[in-house]
Order: sequence, then structure tokens, then C-alpha cells
Amino acid sequence: MATTEIKLDPNTKKLSLIGFSGDFDKLVAVFTLATGAAAVGYEVNLFFTFWGLDGIKIKQGRSPVGKGFLPKVFGVFMGGLKSAPVSRLNFGGISPKIFRYLMRKNNVATLEELVEAAKVLNVNFYACEMAMHILGIQKSDLISEVKEVLGVASFLKIADGGQTLFI
Amino acid sequence: MANYTLDITKEHCPMTFVKTKIELSKLKSGDTLEVLLTEGEPLENVPRSSTEQGFTVLSITEAEVKGTHKVVIQK
Repeated sequence: MATTEIKLDPNTKKLSLIGFSGDFDKLVAVFTLATGAAAVGYEVNLFFTFWGLDGIKIKQGRSPVGKGFLPKVFGVFMGGLKSAPVSRLNFGGISPKIFRYLMRKNNVATLEELVEAAKVLNVNFYACEMAMHILGIQKSDLISEVKEVLGVASFLKIADGGQTLFI
Repeated sequence: MANYTLDITKEHCPMTFVKTKIELSKLKSGDTLEVLLTEGEPLENVPRSSTEQGFTVLSITEAEVKGTHKVVIQK
């Protein structure tokens, strides 16, 4: 998708989402809410922490991203959007494949399309400083759309005045 | 003044108004976008959210295929 300038009215509504989960179904929820809200004029902030960071790494797929042995091991376990499990009834990894097939069959946007739409609609991406520290991830390991690495206080300030949801 | 068209009859929420929003953002003042959509969620949400964001809905008419409608939106 080509990038277009989308200007927001100063009296916009605001929605902030804390992307804690790295599960496929929950990431779909995060990006559906984010793109839907942005499309109807909301200012949208996404704060990725812990498992959610897996969805916004540049290196998608299983790779030892992170500083130190243990973080690298988790980097291999957490394979990015393509290998994200569903939050229940994962059946050893079959379920995400089934859901992706059903979404394609019913012409519902895929997770990757929703992430792209969020970028085009100028959704604000942020990453959690604490989680990045534990997992040994640098900002350079994350997609370029990540505006800043923030702590809780900064995020709460950004989210102030709008709705905040934890997913 | 240019007129653009967008067919979202095969799309589902949120891509219905996401794609509409992306096309609307490319309009210059006076341009129009003709959106072909299905009744139900798209017919309820697309005209309303366009108006909320300062666009003008010029018309909503029934289209050739039963259950679809043509919404003309102007910047």
C-alpha cells in the first residue's frame, strides 16, 4: 500500500491499546481495533510489551534476536506474526493455520494486512522499555514505525484523555 | 474536480471503512469518491464516519446488484 498523509482534526477521539499478548487472535483484535478506530478519525496509540513485542520485530520468523543466551532462546521460540499461536485450542499450531484459511476464504483482512493498514493510517507504535530490557531487544530490532521506546509514565501521559484497553 | 470509485462490496469490517478512509485521504477539495458497498455494516458506518470526519455525503442510491448501494462522498 502506498503511504498517504492523513491529517487528523485537533478535536479527535483517542484510543490506546496495550499489546501484551503475542497470540494470533489477540493480535488480530489489537490491529482490527487500531485500524478501525484510525479509519473513523481516532488518534490511536499502540504500546507493545512482553509477548506483544514479538509482533513488531523486523526479523519475523524464528531467529535468536536478543542479547544473551536466554533471550536468544526465547527469540527462537517466538517466531513473529507467522508463527503466533491462538490463545486457546491451539492444537499444536494447527489452529492459526485454520483461522488464516478461514479469514482468506471469507475475504477478511489477514493479520499482516491489518498491520500494514495500521502503518498507512498513521497509528502510533510504541514499545515497552522494561520488556525490551529483559528480552535484550534494541529499538533497531523493531520495525521502523515504532516511534519511541517508553516507560509506563510516558505511555500513561500519551494515553491520558482517551480510552485505554489491555489486550 | 476528479471523481474516483471504490468497490468494497467484498470487504468486511474493518477494511470497509479502512479502505474508504485511505481513498478519501487522497481527495483534493471538490473531488468525489463513489463507493460501492453492501447494506448492513458498511451502509451504516461508511456514510456516517465520512460525515463525522468533515466529508459531505452527496447521495446514497441503490446499485444494480440487489443489496448493494452507491454512496457518493465529496471532500
